[in-house]
Amino acid sequence: MSNLATTPTLRVASISLRRRVTDHVMTGLAIVTVILVLVPLFAIFAYLVYRGIGSLNWSFLTQTPKPVGEAGGGMANAIVGSAVILFLASLIGVPVGVGAGIYVAEYGRNRFGDAIRFTADVLNGVPSIVIGIVAYSIVVLAQGHFSALAGGVALSIMMIPTITRTTEEMLLLVPRALREAAYGLGIPRWRTTLSITLRTATSGVITGIMLAFARVAGETAPLLFTALGNQFWSVKVNEPTAALPLQIYTYALSPYDDWHRQAWAGAFVLIVLIVTAVAAVRFAVRRGTFGAA
Amino acid sequence: MLLCGLAVLGLLVLIVYELVLHSGPSWHAFGFKFFAGHDWDPVNEQFGAMPFIYGTLVSSLLALIIAVPLSIGVAVFTTEMCPVKLRGPLSFFVELLAAIPSVVYGLWAIFVLIPILTKYVGPFLARTLGWTGLFTGPFYGVSMLAAGIILAVMIVPIISSIAREVLMVVPQHQREAALALGATRWEMIRVGVLRNARAGIMGGIILGLGRALGETMAVTMVIGNNPQIVKSLFAPGYTMASVLANEFSEATGTINRAALIEIGLALFLVTIVVNALARLLVWTVTRGQPSRVNV
Repeated sequence: MSNLATTPTLRVASISLRRRVTDHVMTGLAIVTVILVLVPLFAIFAYLVYRGIGSLNWSFLTQTPKPVGEAGGGMANAIVGSAVILFLASLIGVPVGVGAGIYVAEYGRNRFGDAIRFTADVLNGVPSIVIGIVAYSIVVLAQGHFSALAGGVALSIMMIPTITRTTEEMLLLVPRALREAAYGLGIPRWRTTLSITLRTATSGVITGIMLAFARVAGETAPLLFTALGNQFWSVKVNEPTAALPLQIYTYALSPYDDWHRQAWAGAFVLIVLIVTAVAAVRFAVRRGTFGAA
Repeated sequence: MLLCGLAVLGLLVLIVYELVLHSGPSWHAFGFKFFAGHDWDPVNEQFGAMPFIYGTLVSSLLALIIAVPLSIGVAVFTTEMCPVKLRGPLSFFVELLAAIPSVVYGLWAIFVLIPILTKYVGPFLARTLGWTGLFTGPFYGVSMLAAGIILAVMIVPIISSIAREVLMVVPQHQREAALALGATRWEMIRVGVLRNARAGIMGGIILGLGRALGETMAVTMVIGNNPQIVKSLFAPGYTMASVLANEFSEATGTINRAALIEIGLALFLVTIVVNALARLLVWTVTRGQPSRVNV
């Protein structure tokens, strides 16, 4: 009895001082790394909220940019421009991405499917500026001028691989038995895929789409020489169009204090939009999994 | 559906085709010398990509040197050390870093990071590490150093989230076995966990490298955009991605545009090789024999 009671103390004593100190030092270092990583995060958010809210006002959201030197004005055209470009990108990117995801998940259990999967992963790693060049040579060179359409094409190329992969993952989560039950009722394969499998995985697929959307919403590089930017109102698909990230970039590099202020306000609006999207997705996913269970 | 699948393959072919087609004039004019040349002179139509390649490599390596220890530390802390309650929020916050657009990072770097660097960090580095030659010369903030730091902040979430996933799939009995042999917690992590997760962590690091190589906006805003090769990290530099961002829409003449597109092609090929390498590495190591344990 007394023997058993003393065993733990004996074991602790047998660990040498050097090993115990190393253990504590490494734990401390890990905590330090966490702090070092979280500090920039909080610094960015705090500064963004501080400068962003301070600079945000009604005219920022409703007016177009004033000429250089004149105070005031806003980014209304850039907010609308971003919406137009993102709408075009989703119009092209979502059907193709979801379609490709369905193909790989339902018909792609072979070499060809593997090739598509690998290609999608490779496309995911392509730098966004390179995609801008491609959209430039496909759309801008063909049209002869910069346009919202070119920006939309560039962003859609970025959305497709992400949506393909997430759609595939979500469809693979649907139980086999569900598909077999549908076949058993004599429902053709294409109908099963659309009405049973895709229907079941809808919330997951939408999650993937939202994540891809949030990712491209803040993209600047592919828009530099496709949508180009614009100081005036333009909602036409065929004209150079302003976009929120582009406007932030231009204003940040300008020498004017008023423009810096507006860049912060723009960044704040952009972040609020993206964080709302990501948080909505998290919420929807959590509810989705509870619903499924 | 098949059509959409083909579209994904078609996209890759299209990217390669367009880049090769439009970079042709530059390739014919300069050949391999393009990548070794030091001059970038659009007026006299002389183009050499060396300063940009150097800038891309140095800024990415610098970012890796800073980000890798941090990311692994965060991953180890969240999976092995922290209370279960903290785990979810902590990884959520780190992933939030990945959701910030790169132009916002650039904005923050210009107005917050660079003043801090010039005021405190720069003089300190010059005093303590000036003798290495890496931290000498005038320091105006926009520099290779600033680019490396902001890139590091941007790739930490990628590396740490992959490292975290890899650490979580290490079987629990590996940890228990190490503890049963009398290991302290750190020894258990080193021998039982990190050693088993090497391959996956390496894959995460290489994916982070791929992201750093192609990152455009934040780097363009802080690196100073000066096509020169200087040893000191205090000096401004230029990267492949940022020369595209700055000069592409204003490029005049076929050769100038072709030279820029050739840089894009090179960047594209490098990132593909890096991504393929990451996959290959994971594949070979996971297929190899179980990792040796020598304490």
